[in-house]
Amino acid sequence: MLAYVIRRVFQSAIVLLIVGLVAFAMFRFVGDPVDNMLGQERTQADIERLRDRLGLDLPFPVQYWRFLQEAAQGNFGLSYRQGRPVSDILIERAPATLELAAVSGVLALFVGIGLGVFTAIRRRGTAANLIMTVSLIGVSLPTFLIGILLIYLFSVELGWLPSFGRGEVVDLGGWTTGFLTISGLKALILPSITLGLYQMTLIMRLVRTEMLEVLRQDYIRFARARGLRERSVNFRHALKNTLVPVITITGLQLGSIIAFAIITETVFQWPGVGLLFINAIQFVDIPVMAAYLMLISVMFVGINLIVDLLYFAIDPRLRVDRTGGGGK
Amino acid sequence: MAKTVLSVRDLVVEIPTRWGVLRPVDRVSYDIAAGEILGVVGESGAGKSMTGNAVIGLLDRPAQIAGGEIWLGDTRIDSLRGEPMRKLRGRRIGMIFQDPLTSLNPLLTIGDQLTETILEHLPVTTAEARARAIAGLEEVGIPAARDRIDSYPHEFSGGMRQRVVIALALCAEPELIIADEPTTALDVSVQAQIISLLKRLCRERGVAVMLVTHDMGVIAEAADRVAVMYAGRLAELGPVREVLTRAAHPYTAGLMASTPLASQGRERLRQIPGSMPRLGQLPEGCAFHPRCEIAQDRCRLGPSPHIEDGSGRASCWYPLHNMEKEDA
Ligand SMILES: Nc1ncnc2c1ncn2[C@@H]1O[C@H](COP(=O)(O)OP(=O)(O)OP(=O)(O)O)[C@@H](O)[C@H]1O
Ligand SMILES: [Mg+2]
Repeated sequence: MLAYVIRRVFQSAIVLLIVGLVAFAMFRFVGDPVDNMLGQERTQADIERLRDRLGLDLPFPVQYWRFLQEAAQGNFGLSYRQGRPVSDILIERAPATLELAAVSGVLALFVGIGLGVFTAIRRRGTAANLIMTVSLIGVSLPTFLIGILLIYLFSVELGWLPSFGRGEVVDLGGWTTGFLTISGLKALILPSITLGLYQMTLIMRLVRTEMLEVLRQDYIRFARARGLRERSVNFRHALKNTLVPVITITGLQLGSIIAFAIITETVFQWPGVGLLFINAIQFVDIPVMAAYLMLISVMFVGINLIVDLLYFAIDPRLRVDRTGGGGK
Repeated sequence: MAKTVLSVRDLVVEIPTRWGVLRPVDRVSYDIAAGEILGVVGESGAGKSMTGNAVIGLLDRPAQIAGGEIWLGDTRIDSLRGEPMRKLRGRRIGMIFQDPLTSLNPLLTIGDQLTETILEHLPVTTAEARARAIAGLEEVGIPAARDRIDSYPHEFSGGMRQRVVIALALCAEPELIIADEPTTALDVSVQAQIISLLKRLCRERGVAVMLVTHDMGVIAEAADRVAVMYAGRLAELGPVREVLTRAAHPYTAGLMASTPLASQGRERLRQIPGSMPRLGQLPEGCAFHPRCEIAQDRCRLGPSPHIEDGSGRASCWYPLHNMEKEDA
């Protein structure tokens, strides 16, 4: 168990090192950082001094090492565009993205699993077939189009929900939340549906396929033959086995929700890190782009790690060291 | 004479298909008394499992009971559906499947699976259910049952798992056990143990057992009476000594000649020529006639008569020894 965890943590660290290298290379090779920072009226002496301060004349590995040290402390330098520390800007923007992603994720997970189970149990029913057909549309429409359609219907035509922004937010010691105001909650609805829909249909189809497979297993027949209630057979016996393989993929999906948030945030002008990144690209704001890249990869790798450990916790067959006495 | 637990009368199971209605079980009748083991033999596809599944009400769609009666004690159960049938499963009829490796839910401890079954059917508290579960495991010969009850299935060997499966089938004290090839997936050395365990439980508890198997050795060892099935029909049924040594139906005789029995020494095995017809292509008259060495014209024309003597019966125009003809 411990060896497994250590190995997984080690792998995660390697992935992060590689992403760090890419981010670092961006700094170093996309444009000249000195150029970017000094503006038009500079002297050769200014340039020399800055190069020295930034350590640009040091050997490459040393520079990379320093970059990593700084990054590990959350220090990505100043934004070229806003002249403020990138970390401050990110912290300011993070709550918007995290709240959006959390709501979408929870929505995708619960509705996805619920519908997946339903369509598996009522395989031949009309409702199940209808859901499956509609879900095909959900998978094939691009996110921005869904967003625009939702805006058109609920904001423009019906006028029920706002089409952009977060609404009113409340500041809780640096964390701005939209959960505490009516307008904040209303503003969350359309973006989170837009962001979560794809993941939801994916999870639903996955759960359905997996569940149908599990329902064919001998132990399900045996559970029925023992006279267990249909509810217990479906939810206690089948669902748990269904979720084992679903967890991994679902975890990755939740990670990608944060990455996909870029599109949704753009469509809804949602003031999160995704929108920040898009704007950063327009202004070639390298520190912001690099920081975003690192942030997303840390999140992906972290979620991946957690998912693996969860998988481990849920399936007793993987907990080899627990096997005590007797048996084979 | 012990009381009759299961009584099957002219049972017909049909499968409607695009090409017509198939009859995997065709007018099968038999009784099993308390404390008796009825062996059911026949080639693969003869309808043995279908018969058992029909009794416990677990036919896979589109197969369905299309005629006849099934009586469990004084209850007619062939017409039961839904809740009443579920309450019967596990409580009055237990079932044991072929492969103990796949019959148990890998994510639940054996204790969980036992107590959920007991709690479903018997009016006991959780603590009592657990005590019963431990007693049940001890009864089927799981050593240190008190310590092993919280183990997961993968922590047991195949033979031990089949013991657990038997404990599960018996935990709500059913009157009838349907064991569908309970030893086929096990090592030869373990097979004998499982069979003698079944036999002991049957005698001690007075349970009626329907034992489906391919193995004549198992039949000779365990069964009191044996039913021979061919192409969905009952070819012969009688006390095991009688059928093994003095078969009335030519098919039974052929089957005996083609199976190596320890008692028969080194005689050359004879194969019955040809193979059992597929369900859609059953010949007119006696289904066995194309392979039968003594078949006459009338075997090809109409159904063969049921003939009986004191203890057994066969379905044949020309039984290998004298029996009384009942009807045509
Ligand atoms: N859905 C179906 N459609 C058509 N035929 C079917 C279907 N299900 C089962 N059968 C047929 O029903 C017959 C009876 O099957 P059954 O499983 O009872 O045989 P069995 O005697 O238990 O054989 P085995 O020894 O292999 O377990 C077989 O010939 C099988 O091909
Ligand atoms: Mg079978």
